[in-house]
Amino acid sequence: MKHTISVLVENKFGVLARISGLFSGRGFNIESLSVGETIDPQISIMTIITRGDDQIIEQITKQLNKLIDVIKVIDFMEVEHVEREMVLIKIAPSKNDRPEALRTAEIFRGRIVDSGHKTFTIEITGDEKKIEAFVELMKPYNIIEFVRTGKVAIAREGVKKISIKNDQ
Amino acid sequence: MKMSGAEILVECLKREGVKHIFGYPGGVVLNIFDILYDEKSLELILTRHEQGAVHAADGYARVSGKAGVAIVTSGPGATNTVTGIATAYMDSIPLVVVTGQVPTSLIGNDAFQEADIVGITRPCTKHNFLVKDINDLAKTVREAFHIATTGRPGPVLIDLPKDVSAGSCEFIWPEEVKIRSYNPKYEGNKWQMKQAADEIVKARKPVIMAGGGVIISDASKELKQLAELGKIPVTMTLMGLGGFPGTHKLSMGMLGMHGTYCANMAVQNADLIIGIGVRFDDRVTGRTKDFAKGARIVHIDIDPTSIKKTLEKVEVPVVGDVKNVLTGILKNLKESKEQWGAVRKAWLAQIEKWKSEKPLEYEHDAKIIKPQFVVEKIYEITKGEAVICTEVGQNQMWAAQFYKYDKPRTWLSSGGLGTMGYGFPAAIGAQIAKPGATVFDIAGDGSIQMNIQELATAVINKLPVKVAILNNRYLGMVRQWQELFFNERYSHTNLDVVPDFVMVAEAYGAAGLRAEKPEDVEPVIREALKIKNRPVFMDFVVDWKEKVYPMVPAGAAINEMIFGEKKDKKRKFDSSELKIA
Repeated sequence: MKHTISVLVENKFGVLARISGLFSGRGFNIESLSVGETIDPQISIMTIITRGDDQIIEQITKQLNKLIDVIKVIDFMEVEHVEREMVLIKIAPSKNDRPEALRTAEIFRGRIVDSGHKTFTIEITGDEKKIEAFVELMKPYNIIEFVRTGKVAIAREGVKKISIKNDQ
Repeated sequence: MKMSGAEILVECLKREGVKHIFGYPGGVVLNIFDILYDEKSLELILTRHEQGAVHAADGYARVSGKAGVAIVTSGPGATNTVTGIATAYMDSIPLVVVTGQVPTSLIGNDAFQEADIVGITRPCTKHNFLVKDINDLAKTVREAFHIATTGRPGPVLIDLPKDVSAGSCEFIWPEEVKIRSYNPKYEGNKWQMKQAADEIVKARKPVIMAGGGVIISDASKELKQLAELGKIPVTMTLMGLGGFPGTHKLSMGMLGMHGTYCANMAVQNADLIIGIGVRFDDRVTGRTKDFAKGARIVHIDIDPTSIKKTLEKVEVPVVGDVKNVLTGILKNLKESKEQWGAVRKAWLAQIEKWKSEKPLEYEHDAKIIKPQFVVEKIYEITKGEAVICTEVGQNQMWAAQFYKYDKPRTWLSSGGLGTMGYGFPAAIGAQIAKPGATVFDIAGDGSIQMNIQELATAVINKLPVKVAILNNRYLGMVRQWQELFFNERYSHTNLDVVPDFVMVAEAYGAAGLRAEKPEDVEPVIREALKIKNRPVFMDFVVDWKEKVYPMVPAGAAINEMIFGEKKDKKRKFDSSELKIA
């Protein structure tokens, strides 16, 4: 089962190493990981996509909680939430294909963020399914480069929220 | 008041109540050692190796219940502490290890004696710190002690760059420690404690499995009350020895790979396992899918990650401090009108039957010393009142089997990591913590050579540590596995050249004694006990063929035990039958 886990951590050096070391040391896998500061600069938030059965996910969340620098852990599997990921994709379609490629990008609400004689770079945001579908459609147009941010997630209104204050 | 970093560190240690530090000097900790030179209320015990310093601090902590402290230099000094730190981490022992570091301006430059010790020890410390700013020093030391000693204890490392210990700032002692992301849970959940009590009332064949958590939490009294009230037989893990009196009628001894027949059979046939301060590790459970198949499980531990880490199902988890949780369960149980004596009669009779069917035993020999006989004699002569440290291997298992531990904090052994070379420095630490105690290290000829240099530490500090070397000229436990599972192919387990331990001891200024015949054993132990001002090596030349029994092969269920030749015909174990874990 794929899980999206948010980890609120103290924004100190070495914290990322503690988290990634925990995953590698205990044989848990990380599919994607994104890190950024929260509104409070003393706190960072990590969004980790991982896989495992219930017992493994339970261990992952408990082990994360056990780290001294971890303030809070949320498994979004248990929470109504919104997930987004951004992708930048650079394609080099043939002259004939260019209009069709641009149209497809438009349908997916992609934005052209760079354009040259031979290539376009398209920015696209969405959940996993949308991004996968889009990438699939771009394949015939000669994908030259492709980067993705990794997922971020946020709880919907009215459900358990990730507070930046410590809840004791 | 303005103070140097070194002064702040030492002042903080004093305020934390530290009396003894184990350490080894070096370039980047010179400032600290210079302050310690004049310090009257703090004694630094100079070991002869940094690993020895950490094990000694560990032994000190296990006996005293307080955090052990070690100070070493950067680079090799720091990396030498890693085995000691990992040992303490696995066994949940509170330590504060201070390592020197190259000046902050040089960090990352591959400077002389630089090692990224914070990176290296990240997976084997409870937490670690690199102090980059002297203004954080006092707070960091305070937090280090707090983290090391609360919740599930463990080692904490503080890496202190030279410019920080040499620098100066205003000293402010933080009266209070508050770490917003660290709040261990001490109180058990009321509903779960009630559930646990209900399970005990419902059970017909319950077993208590007590671990190191009982000792850490100082809950021996509550455990005894629980066992006696509910008439529940108790087995201990290696780490739990001493948590429940080994001589108690309800004690079944240790369980697991080299556990007693009774303990293993009881666990496998139980309908309820009450795991108290244990983590159900592989040496205890054997093949997990066949562990206590018919039992419901109550698991009490302060560390939530211990619960359901190795076992798939736990009916009643209770996260909290063992002492508090047991008190809560007892309160619930006392309300029960159960006639415990009648309810448990059949089960306790079965336990007694298992006990008498296959007790721990060995065949005594009139000509050659059996290692188990040495341990038995030590038990008899010390009346079970000594502090026993062990190395790792056969010596450790025999010390666990043939000595009965009645009190907590009298049994010191590297349970989780299984560190050879642990026992002797740990015994030194234990003797310093408890100067009046009789402290033994039960060792093998292999293990003792891993930290034999600490003889100098024991001699110079006039520590009467008694080292009983069960000398079989082999790495006995590994040899045992080779005999049973590798067609008697003794690859590199014969130590061939073993030093003359009597001469080694004497060369260091310690006493050396030797026993070659069974009748020498008692006089040698008695002679050793008379020596009060220096360490003693007792070289017991023992039967190299002896093996530790019963034995559960790795990957087998714990009721699949092999026994010695005496009772059952020796069975050649076919390793292909096993799924090796």
